[in-house]
Amino acid sequence: MYDLIVVGGGPAGLAAASAAWEKGVRKILILERDRELGGILNQCIHNGFGVKTFGEALSGPEYAERFEKMVEETGIEVKTDTMVLDIDADRNVSAVNPVDGYVKYSAKAVILAMGCRERTRGAITIPGTRPAGIFSAGTAQRYMNIDGFMVGKRVVILGSGDIGLIMARRMTLEGAKVLACVEVMPVSSGLRANIARCLDDFGIPLLLSHTVTDIRGDKRITGVTVQAVDDKMVPIPGTEQYFDCDTLLLSVGLVPENELTKKAGIDLDPRTRGAYVFENRETESEGIFACGNVLHVHDLVDYVSEEAKFAGEAAADYIANGERPRDSFTLTTSGGVTYTVPQKIRKDSGMKLVNIYLRINRKVREGDIVISAGGTEIARYHKENLAPGEMITAALPSVLMQKVIEADEMNVSLEEIS
Amino acid sequence: MREMTCLECPRGCQLSIDEQSLEVTGNNCPKGEAFARAELTNPMRVLTTTAVIESDTDDMIPVRTKDPIPKNSMFTAMRFIKTLRAKAPINTGDIIIEDLVGTGVPLIATKSIKK
Repeated sequence: MYDLIVVGGGPAGLAAASAAWEKGVRKILILERDRELGGILNQCIHNGFGVKTFGEALSGPEYAERFEKMVEETGIEVKTDTMVLDIDADRNVSAVNPVDGYVKYSAKAVILAMGCRERTRGAITIPGTRPAGIFSAGTAQRYMNIDGFMVGKRVVILGSGDIGLIMARRMTLEGAKVLACVEVMPVSSGLRANIARCLDDFGIPLLLSHTVTDIRGDKRITGVTVQAVDDKMVPIPGTEQYFDCDTLLLSVGLVPENELTKKAGIDLDPRTRGAYVFENRETESEGIFACGNVLHVHDLVDYVSEEAKFAGEAAADYIANGERPRDSFTLTTSGGVTYTVPQKIRKDSGMKLVNIYLRINRKVREGDIVISAGGTEIARYHKENLAPGEMITAALPSVLMQKVIEADEMNVSLEEIS
Repeated sequence: MREMTCLECPRGCQLSIDEQSLEVTGNNCPKGEAFARAELTNPMRVLTTTAVIESDTDDMIPVRTKDPIPKNSMFTAMRFIKTLRAKAPINTGDIIIEDLVGTGVPLIATKSIKK
């Protein structure tokens, strides 16, 4: 019997496990399906990770290694090459690996840290043939950065998520010609800094409100048709442009990988596609916590580590002291706030500061995030340069919680300042 | 006036710089001011890529320049890095090349590969 099992050894799992260890939990097991710890960071060789956590711009592998070292210095047990097959509400975890075969573990607490997966061509239904040369951006990234294979020479990128932008630069540096980055929305979901250093630096055009409407090629892709779309995202006839290319990369969004969460009977929030959680990142299933990209897709790993620390500490508290009373209220959103994590806050959270992560639905030059309870404003956070691609944080001190508890509701909204 | 996105941190401030007076606005820290001025004269970037490694476990090792190098030397640096053959064991931060293509900046490993 373990005190804590952490499913996933990426940035979230590593930070959660070491935070729990710091709080005195001793029998901890991390289960990782890849051959090494570090998760997606191993293939993210570009720099910019850790500015918030370490005050340095590290590459992905460097950032991962710092957390791997923290874990190595503890007595945390790690099993790599291990695929978790099932988790139930009583925190029994079954897994399989080449050494132990099929194994069943149980734990007092479980932290879900499985990360996310890329959306595929199937998810966005592009017409055309089905030739080779169509990759999700992350798959191409793995081929190039881990395996050392060049995936193509003339490239079109559909979607302007961060991985797509990073791959535009990566393939250009490796000698490919990136013809265009095509984005169906009128704004990019990628970080502004990535648009500047990955596209603008190399003169790669970003075609906003455009999409790929046809894929051609028999064995290998030979070209794509790109069309402008109207405000309902319907392609506009007569705007067709043909790009002669041998590669199409898809950077069309990430989906939290929650198959195990569903098996455990935990409900998912349709907005985040992750579990509903309380302020301490505990799911609705007692003793099961979630953090990182399996809970909601983050744009910076620094926030993943921060959130994983809350979850790790909360799991330690649960293991030592049992479940906190579940009397709670649900956060509502308005004014273009698309979601909050957590979705619920306990009236007696025991936390000095409740960290709320949220996203909005549009680009805003300057605005306030307003937290109100029963129609009364209780906190206001001034923010600049907001965009759907940039997660917003708001830390609510517990002294302000009293008003929320009296009103028994809490709303998070965005007020634009023009 | 030239507009640009600051690349010093993920915040990505929208900077404006007056090309005559070199006055910078839109920055939230001193790094932004220095960044905007460098963009007008000699833009600098950290280069990250991979090099071939002889190892039992890995085919490629991720590398980066320890400090930013001039943007216009990135492709020269890439061509040179392709000729390298690193050898395990290597630790994160180990210098692979002392002076990368005359920039005066070292190229370092960003992953530890033990064997």
